Amino acid sequence: MSKAITIRGAGIVGLCVATELIAQGARVILRDPAPEPGPTACSWWAGGMLAPFCEGFSAEEPVVRLGQQAADWWSAQGVKVERKGTLVVTLQRDRRELDQFARRTKGHRLVSSEELAKLEPHLAEHHARALYFKDEAHINPRMALAQLRDWLVLSGVVFEQSAETPHGPVIDCRGLAAQDALPELRGVKGEMVILRAPDVTLNRPIRLLHPRFPLYIVPRGDGVLMLGATQIESEERGRTSVRSVMELLSAAYALHPAFGEAEVMEIGADARPAFPDNLPRIIRKGDTIYANGLFRHGFLLSPIVARMVAGLVTGDNANPEFLAHEYHG
Amino acid sequence: MPVFYETEIASRLMLGTAQYPSPAILAQAFRRSGAGIATVSVRRESGGDRAGQAFWDMIRELGVHVLPNTAGCHSVREAVTTAQMAREIFDTNWIKLEVIGHADTLQPDPFGLVEAARILSEDGFQVFPYCTEDLVLCERLVEAGCRVLMPWGAPIGTGLGLNNIYGLRSLRAHFPDLPLVIDAGLGLPSQAAHAMELGYDAVLLNTAVAKAGDPAMMAEGFARALEAGRLAFEADPMEPRDMAAPSTPVLGRAFT
Repeated sequence: MSKAITIRGAGIVGLCVATELIAQGARVILRDPAPEPGPTACSWWAGGMLAPFCEGFSAEEPVVRLGQQAADWWSAQGVKVERKGTLVVTLQRDRRELDQFARRTKGHRLVSSEELAKLEPHLAEHHARALYFKDEAHINPRMALAQLRDWLVLSGVVFEQSAETPHGPVIDCRGLAAQDALPELRGVKGEMVILRAPDVTLNRPIRLLHPRFPLYIVPRGDGVLMLGATQIESEERGRTSVRSVMELLSAAYALHPAFGEAEVMEIGADARPAFPDNLPRIIRKGDTIYANGLFRHGFLLSPIVARMVAGLVTGDNANPEFLAHEYHG
Repeated sequence: MPVFYETEIASRLMLGTAQYPSPAILAQAFRRSGAGIATVSVRRESGGDRAGQAFWDMIRELGVHVLPNTAGCHSVREAVTTAQMAREIFDTNWIKLEVIGHADTLQPDPFGLVEAARILSEDGFQVFPYCTEDLVLCERLVEAGCRVLMPWGAPIGTGLGLNNIYGLRSLRAHFPDLPLVIDAGLGLPSQAAHAMELGYDAVLLNTAVAKAGDPAMMAEGFARALEAGRLAFEADPMEPRDMAAPSTPVLGRAFT
């Protein structure tokens, strides 16, 4: 473990892998074209929900099972984890969507309007029925990225601002930029809006099921809320369409009319790196280990992927679950 | 098997490619059902610099015929531009033409549809128009150059099935030799079987499969229902009648 390992990409995956390798006593260099966490990494635009059970509605089983470890991992890094669960609601017209969501997910119970009024008084003004996923959590993703980086700097990790291919052992966590080496990797565009809504107080992530415009809202404190996120099969980064913003805002307005008075603070878009099954992969090619394809589960699954990569590096776990065996790159 | 613009397709199932949990599950649905045509939206996925390329490449790798569509277009101009873009991207003259006339019900705009169908047919496109079961509209579409008609069963994404059996039956009777495809509104395989029993040539689905708990299994369910319904149609089913008729004669049965 004496030779320094270079991690390419200081987004969510790179930072988590560095954290796990440091814990194993490795010497780590983090190399990224950007000086610090910011809008060039798609994790900058994340929601920060640690919601393995809700994600299970459309994600594969490993996301639900392994994602349950995420909240503890983030707590252990000193990141503030809000363990307040998730509430899932529908508009009156789409009530049956809630029944279907309940059938296809675990870890929830139906809450009455009285209980909803205690959990989220503002939501209860307009909704009588909700599914409560009490074991889910959320974090502030931008704060978490900054905190991990600061801690790594204190731990002696060298940050190099560079896009060059390094020599020696490399762990490649470049996300979509690694398409040059991983042809199956594709981008899935997501768009989000950040609002300041002093008239709507929410304590936990809310998901609105809607046949056309599904929405989640994640509170960031001080009346700031993140609205997300579209999911479009496009690799376009940075451009947000009027239509997408209208859909997100209309859905929020339908959830609670007081969103009409909110201030739009930020609109953003990026493309999530994903493999065809939308599950992460760890791929070994010569001296390089690739960890990629976190899709919409960066904050949920990076800790687990990082632990798997560290196990692979130290030899403690030569066959982690996300290791892609039949890769023909 | 159905023939669209001189191309015979080995399946009566056409599948849309939106809303699946992942491209891997989308591919499984195609494999397990044997669907012969994939419809693809080019509009929303396009963006700048063909940003949808990676997804489109995966659709091509399914090895089925690709039918690009103009989903989400609300005007003739938009639909025509999107069709031209689709022809360039997928190198095909096929276009599933959608001109939406009503944002809430996603009902086709019959007037815009005929106009766009005429423009595109004259430009060498082979148009698959998403229409209602209105007979006069369908006649106009054929006059405009369409050699396939794709009437809805019910509004897109509702899963309500075949809403106007009379209308669909009279359309079939009126156009005995034209390929007819039920496009939109199906939720269950039994509804697809019914379309086959009416003599329709194929069905096009998306939500019913993509939003099922197990999309690949549901796709197979539809494929089998289509086979059953088509066999029933070709077998010339009995006519319903009011008089009960025992399948075994009872007259003269000695001891019961």
